[in-house]
Amino acid sequence: MSRRVTIAYLLGLALLLAAPMFIYPILVMKVLCFALFACAFNLLLGYTGLLSFGHAVFLGGAAYVTGHALKVWELPTLVGLLAGTVAAAALGWVIGSLAIRRQGIYFAMVTLALAQMVYFLFLQAPFTGGEDGLQGVPRGTLFGLDLSVDINLYYLVLAIFAGSFWLIQRTIHSPFGQILKAIRENEPRAISLGYDVAKYKLLAFVLSAGLAGLAGATKTVVFKFATLTDAHWHTSGEVVLMTLLGGMGTVFGPVVGATVIVTLQNELADKVGSLVTVIMGAIFVICVLAFRRGIVGESLALYRRMIGQKAG
Amino acid sequence: MAEDCILETSGLVKEFRGFVAVNDVNLKVRRGHIHALIGPNGAGKTTCFNLLTKFLEPTRGQIRFNGIDITREAPQKIARRGIVRSFQISAVFPHLTVLENVRIALQRKLGTSFHFWKSDRGLNQLNDRAMELLTAVDLAGYADMVTVEMPYGRKRALEIATTLALDPELMLLDEPTQGMGHEDVHRVMELIKQVSANRTILMVEHNMKVVAGISDTLTVLARGSVLAEGPYAEVAANPLVIEAYMGTEASGLASIPANDDRPPGPLPGEGDDHGSLRSNSGGAG
Repeated sequence: MSRRVTIAYLLGLALLLAAPMFIYPILVMKVLCFALFACAFNLLLGYTGLLSFGHAVFLGGAAYVTGHALKVWELPTLVGLLAGTVAAAALGWVIGSLAIRRQGIYFAMVTLALAQMVYFLFLQAPFTGGEDGLQGVPRGTLFGLDLSVDINLYYLVLAIFAGSFWLIQRTIHSPFGQILKAIRENEPRAISLGYDVAKYKLLAFVLSAGLAGLAGATKTVVFKFATLTDAHWHTSGEVVLMTLLGGMGTVFGPVVGATVIVTLQNELADKVGSLVTVIMGAIFVICVLAFRRGIVGESLALYRRMIGQKAG
Repeated sequence: MAEDCILETSGLVKEFRGFVAVNDVNLKVRRGHIHALIGPNGAGKTTCFNLLTKFLEPTRGQIRFNGIDITREAPQKIARRGIVRSFQISAVFPHLTVLENVRIALQRKLGTSFHFWKSDRGLNQLNDRAMELLTAVDLAGYADMVTVEMPYGRKRALEIATTLALDPELMLLDEPTQGMGHEDVHRVMELIKQVSANRTILMVEHNMKVVAGISDTLTVLARGSVLAEGPYAEVAANPLVIEAYMGTEASGLASIPANDDRPPGPLPGEGDDHGSLRSNSGGAG
């Protein structure tokens, strides 16, 4: 990480450590789950140039696996979280292997189609509870700490988020990340330099799916349930919106985007009812038309312009 | 081997839905040569390149590299065998720095390219070699610049440096001087000459000054087939070739003295398009 990013990271971490004193911890945990989901998605879209339109299936799939592991098999919380993550990564491997054979819009369509197939599987399969979802998932304990106490769980969720965020940053700034950027920039050239781009894309896809799964698994523990909503294509669209609104291909963009969207949904849900969908749509249109680089992207550009003016 | 061919194709054919873009091409590239591939627009030069590097799948025929049949291999495998190509439109990684561009080519040898848990600081050990390569193409001063901000000619030079980083046995250059001012053309020509030591170069080139100046062998393609092959003087005098190019442009080809010892310097009429071979169909190749 560059120095500025490290400073921002530590600053954000300090804020988050103190956050439950001022804000309802469940809301912050929800924001953190979706922020992780968006960051995982951004690894694929922003740094590899792959638009997956079925990412909700990893969020939802992991949510079910974790819910099942904790409720039915009564496994420890950490093991349950891990099971969800691994399941999502495995599902990512299957879907990724099929999708990376195509490019651009076809890639997006393949991911959407496969995600829909898995969605209907979730709808019909007995272990998901169908339309009712998986209710009453126990939070369990961690090293003797009772996780049903919100504040205890909060710090576990924060640790998961901080660790995953760090891993994503490390991936972006790793030898592997360098090749991902090369593929994003010019795929034929990367091939002509001898890189087997399919393998790089697949690994990026699996990493992204696994981390999206971790977000879903954590979400199940927070809310004590897993539902079809998590795996629905609306959620796949929402993560695109979060990433674009915050700033695709920026470090903090997805976090900002997820924060804005989740907070807005939370605030508006009981005030405007189903109009919230219209408002989200309007935000999306404005974002695409007026500030394509997203909140973080536009702010950075503005900052650079000001610095440039000073220097000039 | 008496006839030491590094690359050989036999009966190479590429059809696109009935349209034959490359028709029964038998190409022999001698080791150590600079081999130029010329021909009017639409003659199949770039298609040929794409077949050789497997960016396109041949319909029929065989490609042998150092005697090994590579016809069915994947493009990245071909690259790892030592056949590295450049592209007609400059192939750089635009939003990475100039240094990073070269480093990406060098990176594969480290074997850490899948290590997503490692810091990219480990790549700094490649910086010295990358700077050497950049110095060779006169780009050392641009190392930290974001590539997209560089002028076109410099991007092409960077592309050559990136290709060189792999130390390829056979370099395929697709119109290395296309779209360049004559200052840049001259520099790139010198550069190709310089890097051709210890390796073989196959290039598609429209600029006849470049072809006449540095190539050892010339293959003329027309309508997907080989029209003529041989040293420049021989090919330029071939009536078939003259006919294929037609009119004043053909006389432009024939009028350039073909002397291998001639320094690749500026010629009379440099700057205008006289020396450049374009077919009467117009447009870029």
